[in-house]
Formats: sequence, C-alpha cells, structure tokens
Amino acid sequence: MANLRDIRRRIKSVKNTAQITKAMQLVAASKMKKAQDQATAGRSYADLLNKVLNNLKEQTSAEDHPLLREKSEGGDLVILITTDKGLCGPLNTNLLRLVTEKVSKDATFITIGSKGRQAMARLKRNILADFTVKDPVSFAETKPVSEFVMERFLAGDYGRVQVAFTNFVNTIRQEPHIETLLPISPIELGKKKGFEGMGGDASHAAEGPGYSGYLFEPTTREVLDTVVPQYVGYQLYQMVLESRASEHSARMVAMKAATDNAKQMIKDLTLEYNKQRQASITAELLEITTAMRALE
Amino acid sequence: MRLDIVTPEKLAFSDEIDSVVVPGGEGELGILPSHAPIVSTLAPGELRYMKGGQETSLAIGTGIVEVSHDRVSVLTDMALGAEEVDESAVEKAIEAAKKAMTEKLLPEETAAAQLALQKSLAQLHVKRRKHPH
Repeated sequence: MANLRDIRRRIKSVKNTAQITKAMQLVAASKMKKAQDQATAGRSYADLLNKVLNNLKEQTSAEDHPLLREKSEGGDLVILITTDKGLCGPLNTNLLRLVTEKVSKDATFITIGSKGRQAMARLKRNILADFTVKDPVSFAETKPVSEFVMERFLAGDYGRVQVAFTNFVNTIRQEPHIETLLPISPIELGKKKGFEGMGGDASHAAEGPGYSGYLFEPTTREVLDTVVPQYVGYQLYQMVLESRASEHSARMVAMKAATDNAKQMIKDLTLEYNKQRQASITAELLEITTAMRALE
Repeated sequence: MRLDIVTPEKLAFSDEIDSVVVPGGEGELGILPSHAPIVSTLAPGELRYMKGGQETSLAIGTGIVEVSHDRVSVLTDMALGAEEVDESAVEKAIEAAKKAMTEKLLPEETAAAQLALQKSLAQLHVKRRKHPH
C-alpha cells in the first residue's frame, strides 16, 4: 500500500496536470470561436460569388469550362486536411479510417497538417506535396494549394480531386467527410454546399431575383475563367476552416474530459490520503495505550 | 450607390459612395450611380472611390466586380487600405518577384511572379500616394 508521502506527491502531480488541461481547454474554446467567426466573415463573399456564377451559368455554356469537364482517365488526387497537433480526441483517427476505407490505394495525396502526412507515410501511400498552414489560417495560405491542384488537374495528371476533411457539425459533433473538389459538377455550381453550415444560417441572397441582363467585360468566357478558380479556392479555404473549427472543438471536449477525470482522481486520492492518515493515528494511539498498560 | 468590397476572409469595405474607379481587366472602369448591370474581371491595381468630395484609394488583387441595382460589389483576394500596407515587406516582395521572373523559365511560373509583382506594386502605389516621400 502506498504510503502517505507517495499519495501526497501524486495529488500534487495530478493537480498540475489538471491545470494544464484546463488551460488548453480554454485556449481551444477561444480558437474555435475564431475559426467560426472567420467562416462567417466569408459568407458575403460566397453569396456574391454564387450570385455571379448562377448568372453566368444561364448565359454561357459553363459546361465547356475545363474545370467542369468530367474525365474518364487519370487517377484520384486527395487533399487530406488533418491537424498539426495531437490531443484532440479521435478526430484524426476517424478521418484516416474513412480515407483508408473510401479512397483507393493508388490515389495520390496532398497533405495539409503533419498528422496526415505522418499517417500516409506510414501507410506507404504516394504523397505529392505537403502544405503547412498557420493557425488562424489565412486565404493567402490555402490559395497556393488550390492553384496547385487546378494546375495538376488541367495538365491531365489526375481525373478527380477530392478533399478529405472534418466537417464541423456542432461543438460536440465533428464528422469526417470526403468531398469532390474537381471536376466541379455544373449542377452544383453556385449552390450552397452541405458543409457550409458553419457560421449561422445566412440565407442566400443569391437566390433572390435573378438578374440576367448583365454585360460581361471583357467576355463571358474570361469572366468565367476568373470566377471558377476563385470558387475552387474559396471552397478549399472553407474546408480548411471547417477542419480547424473541428480540431479546436474536439480538443476542447477532450481537455474538458481530462480536467474532469483529474478532478475526480484528486478527490479519490484525497479520500485515500485521509483514510490512511487516520489509520496511522489510530495505530499510534493504540501503541501508546498498549505501552502504558504494559508499564502499569 | 453602395460599394462592398469582399474577400474570402472578411467584408473589407461597405459604405455609400458617390463614384468609384476600379482597375478592370481591360483598363480602368469608372462607375457612377445607375450604371448598367455589368460583371467585369479585375486586374491587381488601385481602386479609388469618391465620398463627399474626398477620394480614397485601396490596393486590390485579382477578382471580379459586379454592378447591379445601384450596388457595386468587388470580389477579390486582397483589399488593403494605405494604412494597412507594410512598405518594407512589399518592397521585399517586389524584389523577390523580379528575381523570380528572371530565374524561372516556365510560362506559368513567370505569370505567377508577374501577378505577385503587380499586386505588390499596387500596394506600394496606394501607400505612396497617401504619404508622398
């Protein structure tokens, strides 16, 4: 049985751990809020982009655009968005499980986040590139990624580009998700995506009165060529934001559980400590009384 | 007339204005109230708007401008006011872009460097205009 000093030492160390996990929990909560705000801030951009796209769709044969064209040949390219740090519950494990189940073994990967890179290297999958994005993420950091995949796609190296990320449903629920980025389905173009739920229910201004009398400068074609890559870039940025919000909320929940467990442990240990202390006092008293009796 | 400048990160500007000049893909485009509905591409450059007789300029990146219902919406990947431009960082970026243009041989890489250069120059232009040396 552990002696009193050992228990005291353990209580102290558990207390320290609880302090750290509590701090991490609070930090994660504020970072999650920031990522959500960021997603909300981009809402007006998305609305406007969708509005223009919907208009363009009516006036041009948007299906002709190379980024919208289905390809029969070429392998899959998967952008895997994971976290850089651990201690965020089963987040990465769930995503990686989905990827191993759904994505074929010959697919090529582009990783964002070190956890995904490590896992893919362990599984001996093809990694084409690895990008690092800071926290909080800026659009300027995800733009090179989308430009890179569009270039690869247009070069005909790959027939399909998918993104594996974690969709933020709410604070306690995050779902791993695989979404096709390229080719863009012409039907989906300019529509709200299922994963764009973060940041409130901003009703779409784009679905208001259609405006078909636009003049396009210099030509409809060139406008389309500008808008479609922006759309792709924005989509990817949004997915990274979803992943970031998921990461922080998962970490917040995991750290809350850790803090609660530590508190419970402190309680148990304190009880144990008091019991033992009492037992030793009783034993001492007993000894004294016995000694006294023996002397009489 | 209302002017909205949005980037994927934020609503960079939203206010009532009198007129605006945007750097369109085919040269500068001046927009006054009741302009016909138009969608145009943007080249990185300087956007100037008039409000109450005062002119303000912003550096913007690539994107599009949309005009309808007396509302001008600018969608771009960069929108910086003069006070937001970090001159020394921009000068460094210009150096880097110029260097890249001499080194790289692939046409798309040259194009990317050129774009970066244009954006940086636009930022510098806006900054210098406000605080002439």
